[in-house]
Amino acid sequence: MTINIDDKNNENQVEESSRRNFIFGSVAAAGLTIAPGVMLYQTAGARSLSDFSLSEKASSNVRWGMLVDTTKQVDWNKCVEACNKEHGLNNETHSRDDQKTQYIRVVNVKNKGTGYSMSLPVMCQHCENAPCVDVCPTGASMKRADGIVLVDRHRCIGCRYCMMACPYKARSFVHEVLTDQTENTPRGKGCVESCNMCVNRIDNGQLPACVEASEGAIIFGDLNDPQSDISQLLAKHGSRQIRADLKLNPGVHYQGI
Amino acid sequence: MKKLHFIEVEGNTKGFVTFLGLFGLISLIGILSAYYMEHNGHWVTGMNNQVIWGTPHVFAIFLIVAASGALNVASISSVFAKTTYKPLARLSGMLSIALLSGGLVVLLLDLGRPDRLIVAMTEFNFVSIFTWNIFLYTGFMGVVGIYLWTMMDRPYNNLTKKAGLAAFIWRLILTTGTGSIFGFLISREAYDAALLAPMFIIMSFSFGMAFFLLVLMGSYKYTQRELGDYIVNRLKNLLGVFVAAVLYFVIVYHVTNLYSADHRDVTIFILAGGGIYTFLFWVVQVMMGSILPLVLLYGPAGNKRNMISLAAVLIILGGLAQLYVIIIGGQAYPMQLFPGMEVSSSFYDGVVASYAPSLPELLLGLGGIGVTLLLVTIAVAAMKFLPISLSDEIANPHWN
Repeated sequence: MTINIDDKNNENQVEESSRRNFIFGSVAAAGLTIAPGVMLYQTAGARSLSDFSLSEKASSNVRWGMLVDTTKQVDWNKCVEACNKEHGLNNETHSRDDQKTQYIRVVNVKNKGTGYSMSLPVMCQHCENAPCVDVCPTGASMKRADGIVLVDRHRCIGCRYCMMACPYKARSFVHEVLTDQTENTPRGKGCVESCNMCVNRIDNGQLPACVEASEGAIIFGDLNDPQSDISQLLAKHGSRQIRADLKLNPGVHYQGI
Repeated sequence: MKKLHFIEVEGNTKGFVTFLGLFGLISLIGILSAYYMEHNGHWVTGMNNQVIWGTPHVFAIFLIVAASGALNVASISSVFAKTTYKPLARLSGMLSIALLSGGLVVLLLDLGRPDRLIVAMTEFNFVSIFTWNIFLYTGFMGVVGIYLWTMMDRPYNNLTKKAGLAAFIWRLILTTGTGSIFGFLISREAYDAALLAPMFIIMSFSFGMAFFLLVLMGSYKYTQRELGDYIVNRLKNLLGVFVAAVLYFVIVYHVTNLYSADHRDVTIFILAGGGIYTFLFWVVQVMMGSILPLVLLYGPAGNKRNMISLAAVLIILGGLAQLYVIIIGGQAYPMQLFPGMEVSSSFYDGVVASYAPSLPELLLGLGGIGVTLLLVTIAVAAMKFLPISLSDEIANPHWN
């Protein structure tokens, strides 16, 4: 089965039993680069994101995850730019640099002993046992049934305990009044926010912005589906999770770290 | 021991109005500072995405911890049946409520969305220690309120011991909860220690007693009531024991952390290479806030009121420094995404975060102390909290 993704506007026109057909996590397996207008190939038997729609509740049968291949020569800043554009970030006018929101950042790591260095993108790791969800007093910090960790902006009281609890420094606090937010990311002063795996795009059958911009270096897919490309790649090549010692079981996996 | 008489402080005096105005003004400045920060957003503060909790939290947690400790005197009287402390039990209970109120005002006003208080009061996540603390704090006020009622309403005096026991147990759980806010955090190496909960309990004994002694001596001095050496000296000796106990816990906390390789770097940061945090630890917390007060309290001039007052003030400053080091120093130290590696990023990974308290943060914190003292001032004039005299003749049960 082949699906042609032309552009954002015709996504909903792709039909199969009135569902959209997008394949996630298949890029590396197929050896192709994700970009508008590129043909993607679905692995036989794998569930695709198109099997889920906005009208359905997130299902616990699914666990969305990512696999970041840090060995690929990719400009990770493109992922940062795509994220900033998708969520309307970097629009603070008063905040100092250390007060500005970053959903995804490029971290440079160097082994002092050997001199080996590398870079990798770090965002919310969408932990199975998320400390931010545990500590949130109001339940604003929550994990969806499909494993995506989010902040309910209507419920967040801005206590910032989740930021204290997150071992990945993945969360930011909105330090000022913001205007011109994007429609899908209604950011507001006094609330905590972080990468939501582009839940708005996922629910619309699109890939997260950083995945799309990663030139195939970030694979997105269902970790619960053994047939999905991400699961197959993980089974074949293995992976590491950042601070795996904390046993939080992040949904974001890395190769090459 | 002569019969005790409690009487309200005369409200229609220049001195009373002056104190009322002073504490009211400090509270008002604190609330206006909060409004300024809330109106603009937290960019006007020194806080950032690494140092998430700033100076207001230092004051708020100090006041909440001290609240539990201020109840000590009442607990000793009711739970451990030491009649010497009975005349002070009402003030002890009232001060603990006032301190908790001051701390909670600061905590609430530093929220990103204080307007959503109703959400915090109606939507609960019982896995969160913060949620439990909401119940522990409000419950504490209720339990201590009932305890005060049994003390002040004669027909219910026979229930005082039971209510006192309930309040005693509640305050121990409350401070455990406050310490656990930090103890439960695996993400930051400075906090990840079960020892923090009992350490917070002993800190509460010390800070609460220092605050209690100052309020006691101040209120008796400015109302020209007699306060004998017998009661003051007992309290100051007890205070000294608490200060030494805090120091003991601080030593154990740091030595055990030095022993464990995961926590060694952050401990060395606090103890040796942390700049302002190292200074605050050694100079303000240990020297000025612990050792000097012990010398003052147990030295040859230890019975002099101005020495005791000075020691109590130093203990409070040392306590604030201790919480500053724990709360802000613990956050400033970079998180270890890749332990043992050198990391850097545009999000300030791998570097010690910079934080300097802004004036509004400091004023909000001081406003919490203002709220506490304002409530105490109003309470002593409105109800019978203070005995008309605490001369040795009245306070000493062995007086002949």
